[in-house]
Formats: sequence, structure tokens, C-alpha cells
Amino acid sequence: MPDLGRAALVTSFLLLVYASAAGVFAAWHGRRRLAESAQNALIAAFASTTVAVVVLLTALARHDFSYSYVAQHTSRELPLGYTLTAFWGGQEGSLLLWLFVLCGYSVAAVLTARRAGREVIAWVVPVLGLIGSFFAMLLVFVASPFATQAAPADGAGLNPSLQNPYMAIHPPMLYLGYVGLTVPFAFAMGALLARRTDERWIVATRRWTLAAWAFLGVGQLLGAHWAYVEIGWGGYYAWDPVENAALMPWLAATAYLHSVMIQEKRGMLKVWNVLLVVLAFCLSIFGTFLTRSGIIQSIHSFTQSSIGPWFLGFICFITAASLALVFARLPLLRAKTRLESLVSREATFLYNNLLLVALALTILWGVIYPLVSEAVTGQAATVSKPYYNFFLHSFGLPLLLLMGIGPLVAWRRASLRALGRTFLWPVVAALAAGIGLLAAGAGSSRIGVIAYTFSVFVLASIVLEFARGTRARRALGGVGWGGAFTSLVSRNRRRYGGYVVHAAVVLLAIGVAGSSAYQTVRETRLHPGDSMNVAGNRVVFRGFDTKLEGNHRAIRANVDVYRGGDYLGRYRPGKNQYFAEDQVSNEVSIRHDLLTGGDLFMIADQVNADGSVDLKVLQKPLVNLIWLAGLVFVGGSLIALWPDAREERRLAERYEGVTVRA
Amino acid sequence: MSVALLVGGLLAVASVVLVAAPFLREPVASDDRLLQPDAAQRRRLAHAEERDRALDALRELEFDHRTGKVSDEDYRTQVGDLRQRAAAALRQADG
Repeated sequence: MPDLGRAALVTSFLLLVYASAAGVFAAWHGRRRLAESAQNALIAAFASTTVAVVVLLTALARHDFSYSYVAQHTSRELPLGYTLTAFWGGQEGSLLLWLFVLCGYSVAAVLTARRAGREVIAWVVPVLGLIGSFFAMLLVFVASPFATQAAPADGAGLNPSLQNPYMAIHPPMLYLGYVGLTVPFAFAMGALLARRTDERWIVATRRWTLAAWAFLGVGQLLGAHWAYVEIGWGGYYAWDPVENAALMPWLAATAYLHSVMIQEKRGMLKVWNVLLVVLAFCLSIFGTFLTRSGIIQSIHSFTQSSIGPWFLGFICFITAASLALVFARLPLLRAKTRLESLVSREATFLYNNLLLVALALTILWGVIYPLVSEAVTGQAATVSKPYYNFFLHSFGLPLLLLMGIGPLVAWRRASLRALGRTFLWPVVAALAAGIGLLAAGAGSSRIGVIAYTFSVFVLASIVLEFARGTRARRALGGVGWGGAFTSLVSRNRRRYGGYVVHAAVVLLAIGVAGSSAYQTVRETRLHPGDSMNVAGNRVVFRGFDTKLEGNHRAIRANVDVYRGGDYLGRYRPGKNQYFAEDQVSNEVSIRHDLLTGGDLFMIADQVNADGSVDLKVLQKPLVNLIWLAGLVFVGGSLIALWPDAREERRLAERYEGVTVRA
Repeated sequence: MSVALLVGGLLAVASVVLVAAPFLREPVASDDRLLQPDAAQRRRLAHAEERDRALDALRELEFDHRTGKVSDEDYRTQVGDLRQRAAAALRQADG
């Protein structure tokens, strides 16, 4: 069977190389049948990559340790679910996942995004083929998941921190996001290569971009929750280079999703939008490079490997080639219209873009600075939390404020009188909230008060937007309040879905500010019967339990929690000792308070031989709003993604007779 | 091993057939050119995009006016220009 896996990957590689070479020739010389053949090669590559995926999954399910990959990442006692998710637990498997998702996206996008135009798709195929060829090349020549060995009696097991249900969903979500950004990139490059700088490529990839962005956002939140419940340090985001690697392309894609609306509405920012698409894609490849090369110390960099130089070379090539192409097509990308006023909706989008890109680039600098300093001085300097927090506050808080300002400002230009009227209630609400917070003693964190005040401003502006829009729709007659609201949202799903996403970001900001600026931390050594007080809770240690599970020994501290005179329950933080992996993991215990949105987070930092425990307890106010934000984010994204029949008819009419079908 | 060989062989043959399909379907094509929009079609597309942008701008202004983001005075200042632009774009797109 490993021969079949290898053969399938070689077939994929050859097909993708063919798609690139034949695709370029066909597009360059305008050969229809050859262009169709190159497109079919993409479809065939997806089929052969699927065969490789099935072979590896079968080997994992059968515990076939003659595959080096299976032996290195699983063991006989590993539960079946984690055995299968070990598919993306190591380098070779996750590269195969990259290729599989890429081929799937490529086929789906090329077959459904016909609106881009045949001459554009003819160039999109070789771009997708080239990117796929790179990953297939790595899998065939550098990091094969089908390398074999004499089968050992048992495997080395899976990293304990990966033995968590989130392992099943977080990496695939992130990959759907990372890889999904290839689609707008390929279509942007295809449009430039075909010299078609109209809006067809944007319209054709609108949903693909939005879906990739949503997957990347959800993937990060799932990763944050995974870190929160599994890693056991009491936080959810540590500015780890690999966490940053997912955040950067998401920020660039967020900027693009805003600025592309200006191109669609005003015909402006064509160069900027293409550059953002290039930036988002290059950052997604950079993220994969960081995760897989082992070049930077991170809890996610599971291995040191030889693929780093290949990735670096590919990133340099893609960046240089894309920028050269954009430069060559500059005359075609000139805008005919200009920004009419610095106080307008499009101007706020522009400010938002500058802040998002500035935040992404400062994070990028923080990630690569240790490498640069090591190359220059021989010593790797570290960039720590204060650096990132400084820029998060400097750029993030104005961004939060802009989320409230943008919806209240009219397109083209706005007068001071109109601004005064639309801003009145959100400003009053925000000021009232800020004063109320200071009066309630929240002034211990200046940043926290500012974040909450801005959050109230944004929420008020969103509510006002929905209310005014519904009232205006109802005033047209024929519908009640419910009908007017539904009609308002369904007629402009992107805008109102976007507002729901804004509400999710506000919830996120409130949760992050609450759980970081106002958290309480206590840590002490407790013997059985000892107790400590944390933010009004009394925590009593009762002693340890030990239990033998399938592939590990579970040691749990029994901790009773009381508030006032009420018993709130028994919680069991502890540690797992994994046999095959020879590792120990922290297993935290969390008391969720759904009423206040806060958590009591318990970590058995040290299990001592004398029967005592070093117990760390964190009281994290409002932290559950972060996870609620994830649900709201998904809801907003779905509203924005939902097909709009009216818009489809309008686009069909616009492109009738222009988009040449194959 | 034999099953692997069989599946691998089938995969290779199916891939070759799929890739060659356009040539197998049409061994001799009467017209093998990759059709592209001509200059007139491209112009029509540009006009259609401009028309949609102009109409959209007008719709946005109306909506912003109804929701109070644009004052009556600002509305009167802007609406004439946008209507003229939309009318010109419609004429171009229809012509």
C-alpha cells in the first residue's frame, strides 16, 4: 500500500506540473483544447491526491507501523479518533492535507467561478497548478508520508497536547483558511496575466475569499479555546509565532474584504487590493513555513526539518513574481475616480485598511526579528508580550473605534451636521458606559475602560444601523417591522452580515479586556484540607485520585469550591502521564459561570510527593464572551456568504454575452 | 501489492484519459482558439460595471438620506450629479 500512496503522489505531481506548463502554453497561445486539458489535469490531481489521503488514513487506522509516519505519530493505545487526526499531527501529513485541500479548492473554484471569464481561468489554472506542484514536489522528494521502515512493536505516540477533541477541527479549519486564500490570489494573478482588470475576478472569488477568511477566523478561535483548555497556563493567546502566523493573513484578508468594496462601489484602489491579496497569500504560505520548518521556537513547531529552505525559496519567488506582475500591469490598474472627502465611508475603510496592514506588519516584524537579529548579531533577541500589546493597543483600539464610526458615515462625503445627528446616541451611550465603569471602580485598567467605552460605542452604532435601516425600509410601505428587518438584511447580506461580525469582534474585545485586564491570580501550596480565597471564592483541596486510562495515568486533585456559604461543586485539575510518549500534560479544571461570563480556572501546577499540590487559580471575568464571539462570527459570516438571488440576477445581466464559457 | 498495483494502474490510466479527453473528443478541432471577449464586449462590460456603480451610488445616497446619514441639504447637493452620472452610464451601457 505505501507504493500506492507514493504512486498517487507522483501522479499528482506530474499532473500539476502538466497543468502549469500546458496551462501557460494554452493561455499564452490561446489554445482551447489544451486549456481544457490543463484544467482536467487539476481535476485528475485532486482524484490522485484523494487516493494518497485514503492510503495514509488506512495505514493510520490499521496501526501499520511499517509507515514511518504512523510509527512516529501514533501508538497502539492511542484512541481511534486521535489516531486518525494524527493525519495532520506531523509535518508530512499536514503537507498532504495542504495539497488535498488546495486541489479540492482549485477544482471547485475553477469549475464554479466561470464568471471570471474563460481567458482569465486559462491563466488561473497554471497558477493553481504551480502552487500545487510545489507542495506535491515536497511530498514526493523531500517529506514523504509514505516512507517505510521495519515495523516496530509500537509507535512513539502523539504529542499529548494534540490529544484533544479540538485536534479534529482546529487544524482543518486553519488549513481551509490558509489554503483558501490561494483562490483569490490565483484569480488576481490570472486576471493580471490575462490583462483583464475589470471586476470579474473579484465577483467570481467573492464567496471563496469570504469563506477562507471565515475559516481562518474560526480556526484561530478554536485554537485559542484549545490552548485555553489544553495547554494549561490560563491563557488563550500567547503571541506565539505560529499563532501570529495565522493572525497576519487574517488581518490582511480583513483589510482586503473592506477595501474591495471601495473598488466595487467606486472603481478605486485596484493596485492596493491586488497587493492585499498577494500579501494575504504570501503570509499564509509564511505561516505554513513557520509551522513546518521549525525555524522558530514555538509549541506548534513540532519538528526541525529540511523543508525550510524550500519554503523560503518559494515565498521569495511568489512574492517577487507577483510584485513584478503588478508593476507590469500598473497602467491597467489606474483608477478613474478619486476619494471625494476624508470624511466618508470609503475614507474610514481606508483608515481601517492602514491600521490593519500596520498591525499585520508590526506582528510580522515581531515574528522575524529574532531571526534577523540572530543573522546580524549572532544572538537571537526575543520579542515578548509588551511589544505585541503595545501595537495591539496602538492599532487595535482605533480599529475598534472605526468599526463604530464607519457605519455611521455616508458614502462619498458627510457634513458635520449629519455626523452630529448620527453620532449623538452612540456617543452618549459610550460616555455613559465609560463614566459608569469609572464609578464602578474599573479604572484600575485604563486600556480596559477605553476598550469597553469603544465597545459600547460600536454596539450602539450597530443597533442604530439596524434600527434606522429597518425603519427606512418599513417607511417604504407594505411590510411590518419583522418584514422590514428581514428585507433589510436579505437585500444587503454582505453589509449586515458584516455588522454582525463587527458585533462578534466587540464581544471578543470585551472578553479579552475583561479576562486580561481584570483577572485575579492566586497560587499557593495546599495540603489536604487547606484552602485559599480567590475573588470571593473559597477553594479547598481534599487530596488526590489516581486512575489508569487507556494510554495514560490520570492524577487528579479534588478541589471543592464555595462562594459565600454555597457549595459550587468539585473540580479536578491534575496531570496525565502518557506512557508511549513519555510525557506529562497539565489537565486544567474550569468552572464556567454562565451568568457572569467568567471562569474560575484551576491548574495543578505541581503534584508533590508529600501529598500537597501547588494550586494556581485564576478568576477570569467575561472570558466566555470570547467563545460566544466565535458563534456570532460564524452567524455573521453565514449571513454574508448566503446566496442572494437578486444580486445573482443583476450580475448575470451585467456579464451576459461577455463571459465566454468553455 | 497486486491490489495496489491495480488501483495505481487504474488511477494512471484514468488520469491520462481525463487529461487527453479534449483531444479525444475533438481530434481535429474546427476552431481551437480560446475565445476571448473582443474590444466591443470589453467596452460593454466596462460600461455595465460603470452603470451598476452609478446606480448603486444613487441607491446608497437615497438610503443614507432616509436613514439620516445624509442631510436634506447634502442630499440636494449630491443627487443631481449622481442622477446625471447614472443617466450617462445607462445611455452608454444601452448604446
